[in-house]
Amino acid sequence: MKIKSLRLLFISSMLVVASTGLAYANECIAPANPGGGWDFTCRQIGKVMYDLGAVDKPIQVTNMAGAGGGLAYNHVVAERNDDEKLIVAASSATTTRLAQNAYAGMTADQVRWVGAIGADPGIILVGAKSPFNSLTDLVDAIKKDPNSVAFAGGSAVGGFDHLKPLMVLQRAGIEDVTKVRYISMSGGGDAITQTIGGFTQAMSGDMSEAVGFIKSGDARVLAVLTEERVPGFDDIPTAKEQGIDIVAVNWRGLYVPKGVPDDTFNTWADRLQKVADSAEWQKIMADNGLAPFTKVGGDFQGYVDQVVAEVQKLSKELGVIQ
Amino acid sequence: MEIDILSNLALGFSIALSPYTLFLAVVGCFLGTIIGALPGLGPSNGVAILIPITFALGLDATSALVLMTSVYYGAMYGGRISSILLNIPGDEPALMTTLDGYPMAKAGRAGDALVLSGVASFVGAFLATVGLMLLAPVLARVAFMFGPAEYFALYLLAFCTLGGMASNNQAKAALSSCIGLGIAMVGVDDSSGLPRLTGGNLHLYDGIDFLVAIVGLFAITEVFFFIESHGKDSSIGVKLEKVTIPWKDIWVTRWTMLRCTVIGFIAGVLPGAGASLGSFLAYTTEKSIAGEKGKFGTGVPKGVAAPEAGNNAAAGGALVPMLTLGVPGSGTTAVLLALLVTLNITPGPTLFTENPDVVWGLIATLLIANVVLLLMNVPMMRIFVRILEVPAWLLLPGVTMVSFVGIYSLSGSYFDLLLMVCFGVLGYVLRKLSIPTVPVILGILLGGHMETSLRRAMVLSNGEWTYLFSSPIAIGLWAAAVAGFIAPLFLRKVIKKPQRVED
Repeated sequence: MKIKSLRLLFISSMLVVASTGLAYANECIAPANPGGGWDFTCRQIGKVMYDLGAVDKPIQVTNMAGAGGGLAYNHVVAERNDDEKLIVAASSATTTRLAQNAYAGMTADQVRWVGAIGADPGIILVGAKSPFNSLTDLVDAIKKDPNSVAFAGGSAVGGFDHLKPLMVLQRAGIEDVTKVRYISMSGGGDAITQTIGGFTQAMSGDMSEAVGFIKSGDARVLAVLTEERVPGFDDIPTAKEQGIDIVAVNWRGLYVPKGVPDDTFNTWADRLQKVADSAEWQKIMADNGLAPFTKVGGDFQGYVDQVVAEVQKLSKELGVIQ
Repeated sequence: MEIDILSNLALGFSIALSPYTLFLAVVGCFLGTIIGALPGLGPSNGVAILIPITFALGLDATSALVLMTSVYYGAMYGGRISSILLNIPGDEPALMTTLDGYPMAKAGRAGDALVLSGVASFVGAFLATVGLMLLAPVLARVAFMFGPAEYFALYLLAFCTLGGMASNNQAKAALSSCIGLGIAMVGVDDSSGLPRLTGGNLHLYDGIDFLVAIVGLFAITEVFFFIESHGKDSSIGVKLEKVTIPWKDIWVTRWTMLRCTVIGFIAGVLPGAGASLGSFLAYTTEKSIAGEKGKFGTGVPKGVAAPEAGNNAAAGGALVPMLTLGVPGSGTTAVLLALLVTLNITPGPTLFTENPDVVWGLIATLLIANVVLLLMNVPMMRIFVRILEVPAWLLLPGVTMVSFVGIYSLSGSYFDLLLMVCFGVLGYVLRKLSIPTVPVILGILLGGHMETSLRRAMVLSNGEWTYLFSSPIAIGLWAAAVAGFIAPLFLRKVIKKPQRVED
């Protein structure tokens, strides 16, 4: 009986070890718990790379949650700086936090940015019964009284969901955006229920968070923050069409350690480009509400630099950073 | 409407009763119960760990969902086993079950406590599943009525009923919950985006995980005491003699179970509240109904049935906002939500009409899983108990090993292990000073939510405090909170005075 119970104990602990420690050739670190966007990036991109034969063995996914990605970033910079078999999932949240010095002093130039393939479009959403019928209505109301509209969003104060509406307002000619209120909810869905409930007047988030509520008619999207309308949501106008020139998307992509040779960097970039071009990836994007957004290699590095600079400037104005 | 539900349910059962699905449900229930029973592995990381397996097996959406929700319900049932036998909660929601379950086991009624709590879990989970089936679309609207002010009042209600819950000394309970509140403040503050009390350490930016605190305060502390007494005087290792069905206790606690099911279900439906709040409110409500004479905390059947009915009902309730709004009601449903999204199912207001097979297959499976779990947890109780029934000198190192592996699998960082040991030391010191450790956990668990709700309310109202009383729901909750705080003081006088006369 004792032996039996010990065996059970052993089996159950092996279960844990087995699911976390299988050894494969290449590794993708998802800097969050299973289930989030970064986990999705690692698992889907890894799977497509293997299916296409771009890598010869399945890519192992390691979840390393902590500090909003900072723990994984620190791990890569400090301990894996020349690991050629390592890729790490990243998104707009990664660069936003780097720009705001939220990773304890680490900067965006301490890794190499491989590329982004696909993006979750930013949106400004209101409840079905809201008096605002267009982005212009909303902006006008805020121009008249900055205190009349409160935004809810899924990221912390100073996070990307907070910055998006402020960037919209700045480009619409409102100079002091610090008076506009924002509350941080624990996720996009939560932020939408608060907005439908009328506790906040608008919500700033990503398209994927809103799909169910748009279909049920509980909520309306005033503007999508992309270059062009999003396939599948063709009746939702862009901010650009409404006279406010802004693109703010939550891209999904990868970075690799700084110390890898150029050849390795280019190999990963090629593999990522292959994934972007594949039919399998197109289907995954369509199924998950991602819009096309492909920037790979040197092109992407430039984009990251530009985004980091802009976020830094806005964050200073907001007082999120010194 | 009724015919709709019946025909939908028939559709659901036609999916759930296939041998393959049934097999998955049984496997899920079994694995879940073991995961729940092992300290350090709760429903949320249990489900998270098993997700890769569903992908590896190439399960379709319905099968994957059936397996994972069976694991989820199984873990909710299993959490009570180590609470009762070891005084170590198997997961966060089972925390309240230690208060009466363990004393009852020490009094030689371990079998009764396990069966009674198993039945209470069944009542809570089964009725909650029925509630999910009948009321989900209607209940989903409740979430729209809860803004920051209402949430703040809800958490305030929980804290107002906290005093003296786990100790006879109010001051010590208060001190203990303050320690918990302090720990809850560690990490990046969402309302300002700035880190607090982290000392610049990246590992602390996300705050301190409840499981790290629970395993440290309970399991590791137990090891220290064991070492101190040279292995002679451990409180661990309650023997389970015969398992009989305590019909009398079940009958006596019938209203307790029903009341706690309702309370737990409502707590589960509210996004972000979850099973821990459900079991907590259920226990304190029953305690205040029973009053001093109820002897809660000494191992009474009602004290065992209440939290189990409450937390299992909350587990069912938490599925309501997940399925209908795509907003998770608890940590585990957040993981389940992620699973659904990966399986190309978009939970939300349209899920019931667009994917009826998934929804009703799931509901039917949950009903079946509950029956399976009742069978596993009452007649087959011994199998699970055996896992924990080895002598203390073998069990404790084993529990410690599983705890270390479980905690390490959470974040893959040794920092959490060090933190866990620190919590063990803290627990040792607190127990030496006879300060209860349960309020520490509750402070961590509920304090953070209460603070952010208040901060959000203040942002929305520009600092106008009257906003906190601006809706009927908020006022109702405030009234209940004030009553919950004052009533025990008042009732104590009423109840005790006649006793003194009698003496």
